[in-house]
Amino acid sequence: MPNTQELQDLTTQVRRDILRMVHKVNSGHPGGSLGCAEFFVALYQEIMDRKTSFDMDGIGEDLFFLSNGHISPVFYSVLARSGYFPVDELNTFRLINSRLQGHPTTHEGLPGVRVASGSLGQGFSVALGAAETKKLNNDSHLVYSLHGDGELQEGQNWEGIMYAAANNIDNIISTIDLNGQQIDGATDDVLPMGSLRAKFEAFGWTVVSIEKGNDITAVLEGMAKAKSLTGQGKPVCVLLKTIMGNGVDFMMHTHAWHGKAPNDEQLEIGLSQNAETLGDY
Amino acid sequence: MKTYTNTGNKDTRSGFGAGLTELGKTNENVVALCADLIGSLKMDDFKANHPERFFQVGIAEANMIGLAAGMTIGGKIPFTGTFANFSTGRVYDQIRQSVAYSDKNVKICASHAGLTLGEDGATHQILEDIGLMKMLPGMTVINTCDYNQTKAATIAIAEHHGPVYLRFGRPKVANFTPENQSFEIGKAVQLTEGTDVTIVATGHLVWEALEASKTLHEKGISAEVINIHTIKPLDDKAILDSVSKTGCIVTAEEHNYLGGLGESVARVLAQHQPTPQEFVATNDTFGESGTPEQLMEKYGLNANAIISATEKVLKRKN
Repeated sequence: MPNTQELQDLTTQVRRDILRMVHKVNSGHPGGSLGCAEFFVALYQEIMDRKTSFDMDGIGEDLFFLSNGHISPVFYSVLARSGYFPVDELNTFRLINSRLQGHPTTHEGLPGVRVASGSLGQGFSVALGAAETKKLNNDSHLVYSLHGDGELQEGQNWEGIMYAAANNIDNIISTIDLNGQQIDGATDDVLPMGSLRAKFEAFGWTVVSIEKGNDITAVLEGMAKAKSLTGQGKPVCVLLKTIMGNGVDFMMHTHAWHGKAPNDEQLEIGLSQNAETLGDY
Repeated sequence: MKTYTNTGNKDTRSGFGAGLTELGKTNENVVALCADLIGSLKMDDFKANHPERFFQVGIAEANMIGLAAGMTIGGKIPFTGTFANFSTGRVYDQIRQSVAYSDKNVKICASHAGLTLGEDGATHQILEDIGLMKMLPGMTVINTCDYNQTKAATIAIAEHHGPVYLRFGRPKVANFTPENQSFEIGKAVQLTEGTDVTIVATGHLVWEALEASKTLHEKGISAEVINIHTIKPLDDKAILDSVSKTGCIVTAEEHNYLGGLGESVARVLAQHQPTPQEFVATNDTFGESGTPEQLMEKYGLNANAIISATEKVLKRKN
């Protein structure tokens, strides 16, 4: 099991990957990707009980579903660096004939991806379906999912959230990336959602808050706590407070870098703030 | 000419229910989901016999499609049940991304398709669903003609890996295809042999085509009636073989002529063998309240309409 320093080194390398991937093709979504680096590293390196090889059915292992598919750069980097496909393949992000599509898909057969996402608001339902099948299969492993906070403006989420509690789906941990930003600005300006904790609790979920979502130790502790609350008849929600663009100073605390790539100069600044640790792809 | 006997009117949705009941006994991976329409979809029996494999999702069709997509991960074969309108238009993006693009083995089973839903009116009478579903890459589209065939199709699609849209209806209609028939996806069924005109029909219009062929026979017109239960993949060969003999064709469906079976047939003919074609279908319109019979008469979707279309297309031949 990796120690905290090793996890931090990996997180830094993932940030470099994200910046280099979106810079190369001058497109993609660095902001939310950078903000979720600690979460993905914690999940794939320590929290999930997963097999090293990939098969779609994932019987006998934990599963993860990314609902906010636009943060594919962090997903791809962590999948590659967790052994699902060669790290060099990150070079093909968003290029023609690549398995690393702009938004994740099963269609090109990329190991680690179990459903397409990108059109927002569909991940809760899919993850809950997988959780139902785990119960039918008497598979005691868990289902994890990640959703953007702005994404919760889509109505389908609330259909799934309602269904989960009504059906006592207690083998799921759904995390909300609470960065407070979406394309057009702050979520509180675009469409204020009030207290997500109050909403999830009212819908019958157990809620865990991680206030420091960009502190690997805090993420590990929070996710371990969430795990301990599964199997008690209620679905578990993690409210993960992150900073969009975290780790690159000029990208932080703004929606401006939601879907914009850095230029050459900005890339160099970003990389200089995240020194190479495990080797670039 | 070969004739068919109606063994007693039955609704196609009950054929679906019977097929699902059979699957419950024979395939433990089959699970069923319903959005608050258990009775309408005839899923009561499956629910009663396999409560652990039945999922009531409430009035939340988008969630139902997503749940079904997720349930395939781990080997289940989900059958979703609601009206055709709420099985397609309401959830198009969910089907597109979470099911079709994600290659998920989901069976979308849709009742109350078309005008024959009747008195509920146009809000519920979808006439665009075949078009919506056939445009999705990888989606198989089936529209069955009677109780027996719907039961057989329901059982058959469980053995087919990949997303399927199975369309059927509400009213009790003639049941005339064989009991316990084998159902081959993508394989047209030739019902009568003929030399003057090809009539290809799908769904409730198949029986109407047979009725029309009897009248045409009395008028000295020999019609070859083909039941196209699978609109995608379409049995191109069966259509081309038939028109090479008859030289003209009528397509008949309970659907808009835009996007339906007729358009798919026209595509095949335009590519391989340009042939005069007439369409028995709705003419880019919504439906309205009325009895199924009144609606099919008003919108030109019955044996009489097929006879008129045949007489028209015969004049265009040569």
